[in-house]
Amino acid sequence: MTIDQVAILPLYAASGTAILVLLADLLVARRAVTMGALALGGIATAVCAIAVGGSRAPTFCAGGECSWVPSPIAVVTAVLFAGLTVGVLALSVPALRLGTAPAGEFCFLLASSMTGGVVIGYSGDLISLIVGLETLTLPLYVLVGLRRFAPRERISTAGASASITFFLISVISTAIALLGAALNYAATGAIHLDRLIDGYGPAASVAQVGVALLVIGFAFKVAAVPLHAWAPPTYEGAPLPIAAYLSTASKLGGVLALAAIVSRLDAAAITAALAVLTMTVGNLVALRQDRMVRLLAWSSIAQAGYVLAALALGGPGVQAAIVYAVFFMILEFVAFAAVVSLRPVAADGGDMLAYRGAGRRSPWRGAALVLAFAGLAGLPPGLAGLFAKVTVVDALIDEGWGWLAGVVALNAVIGLAYYVRAAANLYAGPPKVGIQVVDPELLEGATHPRLAVARPVAAALIVAAAAAVVLGFAPQLLFDALS
Amino acid sequence: MTVYQVMLVATVALPAAGAGALAVLPARHAKILATAVAAVTLVPIVVLAFAHHSSSSYASLSPALSPWADYDVSWVPALHLDFHLGVDGVSYPLVALTGLLTLLCCAYTMWKVPPGGSARTLLALLLVLEAGILGTFLALDLVLFFLFFEVVLLPMYAVIAGWGGEERRKAARKFVLYTLFGSVLLLLGVITVAVTAGTGNLITLTGGHGLGRNTQYAAFALFAVAFAVKAPLWPLHTWLPDAHTQAPTVGSVILAGVLLKMGTYGLIRVGVGVAPLGAHWAAPVLGILAAAAILAGALICLRQTELKRLIAYSSVGHMGFVLLGIATLTATGLQAALIGNVAHGLITGLLFFLAGAIKDRAHTGELADLGGLRETAPRLAGILGFAAIASLGLPGLAGFWGEAFAVVAAVQRGGGLWTTLAVLAAIGGALTAAYFLRLLRKVTHGPVGTPVPAGIAGAEWFAWSPLVALTLAVGLVPALVLVATDAPVLALTGAIR
Repeated sequence: MTIDQVAILPLYAASGTAILVLLADLLVARRAVTMGALALGGIATAVCAIAVGGSRAPTFCAGGECSWVPSPIAVVTAVLFAGLTVGVLALSVPALRLGTAPAGEFCFLLASSMTGGVVIGYSGDLISLIVGLETLTLPLYVLVGLRRFAPRERISTAGASASITFFLISVISTAIALLGAALNYAATGAIHLDRLIDGYGPAASVAQVGVALLVIGFAFKVAAVPLHAWAPPTYEGAPLPIAAYLSTASKLGGVLALAAIVSRLDAAAITAALAVLTMTVGNLVALRQDRMVRLLAWSSIAQAGYVLAALALGGPGVQAAIVYAVFFMILEFVAFAAVVSLRPVAADGGDMLAYRGAGRRSPWRGAALVLAFAGLAGLPPGLAGLFAKVTVVDALIDEGWGWLAGVVALNAVIGLAYYVRAAANLYAGPPKVGIQVVDPELLEGATHPRLAVARPVAAALIVAAAAAVVLGFAPQLLFDALS
Repeated sequence: MTVYQVMLVATVALPAAGAGALAVLPARHAKILATAVAAVTLVPIVVLAFAHHSSSSYASLSPALSPWADYDVSWVPALHLDFHLGVDGVSYPLVALTGLLTLLCCAYTMWKVPPGGSARTLLALLLVLEAGILGTFLALDLVLFFLFFEVVLLPMYAVIAGWGGEERRKAARKFVLYTLFGSVLLLLGVITVAVTAGTGNLITLTGGHGLGRNTQYAAFALFAVAFAVKAPLWPLHTWLPDAHTQAPTVGSVILAGVLLKMGTYGLIRVGVGVAPLGAHWAAPVLGILAAAAILAGALICLRQTELKRLIAYSSVGHMGFVLLGIATLTATGLQAALIGNVAHGLITGLLFFLAGAIKDRAHTGELADLGGLRETAPRLAGILGFAAIASLGLPGLAGFWGEAFAVVAAVQRGGGLWTTLAVLAAIGGALTAAYFLRLLRKVTHGPVGTPVPAGIAGAEWFAWSPLVALTLAVGLVPALVLVATDAPVLALTGAIR
């Protein structure tokens, strides 16, 4: 077996980054060097993925079956994983400077997670796929709970309990997915994605159960209803940048894994059911949230429903699902970056009340958050989100799934209700206090000082918002990259 | 690119660029800058009027939609989306109306900024609204039409929620959710058509080419509900009174003057144009609802006690006449609808300006508290009288043609149903006169309720006089609006038979 070393350059770059970060932390032991190594490594990974390209021949082949399959989708998602990793690092810089988490460990874990993400897109068989998914998730159990407290600071166990919740659910979901893969293998003898077939003969039902279990196992990762309960408490307990990573990169891993299964095996019924439940329940529950991170968590559950709706089409829906996922990841990242920039260093997401009038005090950050909310709701000025919705509806109607397109459309209306409430809150006037105040604006200014933004956070926010705007005006760039 | 193509792009790009410039440049010059941008936007609009002499290359292809000038570049091929703008006799009057009303609103805001937020943001939002509305009227690509249709949603929400009255939050939320509901149905219809026909080009789609009977039925049903929410058609109108009552004066003017026209224009251009068989199939239902809207609007107005709310409900009745004209699917009916659109935009725009002026001066809009306006502010009372009489459809003023000929078209259509609808609409027209006369009796006549200062500011004259003049002009020479609509309307109705 000859191995095309060039084809696996993205993986070398990603895993090399993890090792480099570890060594830098051991040998140099300077925070700036460690963080710089991760940032450069992430960029190098993206560059390698683009340089190798999506049309290179597969490698790691045994006969005709290959385990490392470059494809346009793999390239786009590898770039996105790398970008999100660097972005999350940038959002974490102020907290790391403050010492709420050890920088070396933090960066190493993040780099390992990125490595897993890169593998998922390229993997050509179920085992690499699940190993990649686990490599993506495993470091996150630690990152969710990785929080040091200053000597006099009130110690919170929220992170630890979020970490345990996430860990338990993830382990169970992996077990289910592995069981599914095993049953399917037992029935059909296929482990490579290209060879996956629907079961036949006496073992057909075993294969079917295997497929269902695979879909359910991966559905945990995208937090599809009814397998979603872990997501809101985990996001809420995790540090904000890690919550951003969970709702973007980690979710993207699940989407890729699901796409690999549903595009080759018949899982339309279960995926469609999951999609309808996920978007409807996600949107309805989000209506009642009054904490920022919970709102984003439930909205990201609902958004996963739109991706699942496209995936219910099987093969023809994969491109639409990935397009939606990419647009959603960027907008979600913009939302989290804006939230991080509006909050004190290392603070949690806080109450919706804390954001009241924030758009008036910090117009640009408010505008970025409005852009993200509008995009998530699928309305201009968030054109990227609008095109994402159009893409999914287009794919659904093209394949004759008009009813599901209708459900997606109605859910967009429900979704707007809470996005518009959250966005309007940013521009609401000062709340009325019980006593007579001569100048409520002055009082508000005194009680809500305008926080300075750290440069890395500002840079991440600007780059992500610029990406959202550019892709909003030129979505064809993404369509071209994916085909 | 020819001159006219540059002008087409400039029509949409200028207000959009102006809004961007407002966001970046210091707030001091915002008012002058915005008004200047709105004024400059009129230049390409005026130039486009001369384009109708230019020979169209599409005349042989699709007589129902042969734009005077068009500009077409591919934008997102994967989604059948072209950036395709064009103007013809159906859309031009509405484009001109949009440009004019935005300029008047910007000028009015220079003089008076409604409380709630900064003038700069309000003006930027007005310009974004203008860009979105102009884009909707100019779009010749179905998906692009949908895109521009969506652009106006959030800015209008922000105008109502930011600068509105007491209950603004609730009204704004109701507006945005209702109209988004309409928009998503439009999305489903647009994509259904684009996927089935393989193109979003309205020029090739107009006349129902490439669509089967059932697709046309489904598409028209989706379009009809989508545009009925926007227009709005009874019983989907309940967002309108709240939004109008709570919106600031300029918001109400834009909302009533041109935003509602996106619904009726869409119904003619997209609904009847793309799915004529569906239109024929659904016409009776549409006609019955339109007649119901006329009667319901008039009856509700007779019971209203608040000035702005009354005018808002009168819009339901007037748009009912427009929709009745469309529902008849005759050339007369469609022309009545087109002129009714423009007339309603002029007259109701003026009425909302006047209602805003009265409310600002008297600090109340309750009809019971107003009265004797002709004694305290005779000029204001005179203009209000003019606008009210124009709105009730006096011959010789703009409101007459649309309403009278909608009824005529229904009679021409013949048959028991349409004759009945014509009679009901005529009764509704009489009731319209009744409630406007009641309005005048309460506000201008009778004992003085709340004294109102008599002076009228220069900015107010500037905002009102073009509307007064045009109401008179369109009333005397309706050909101003209809001059270039004969061919497209005949071709549209021809496609149905």
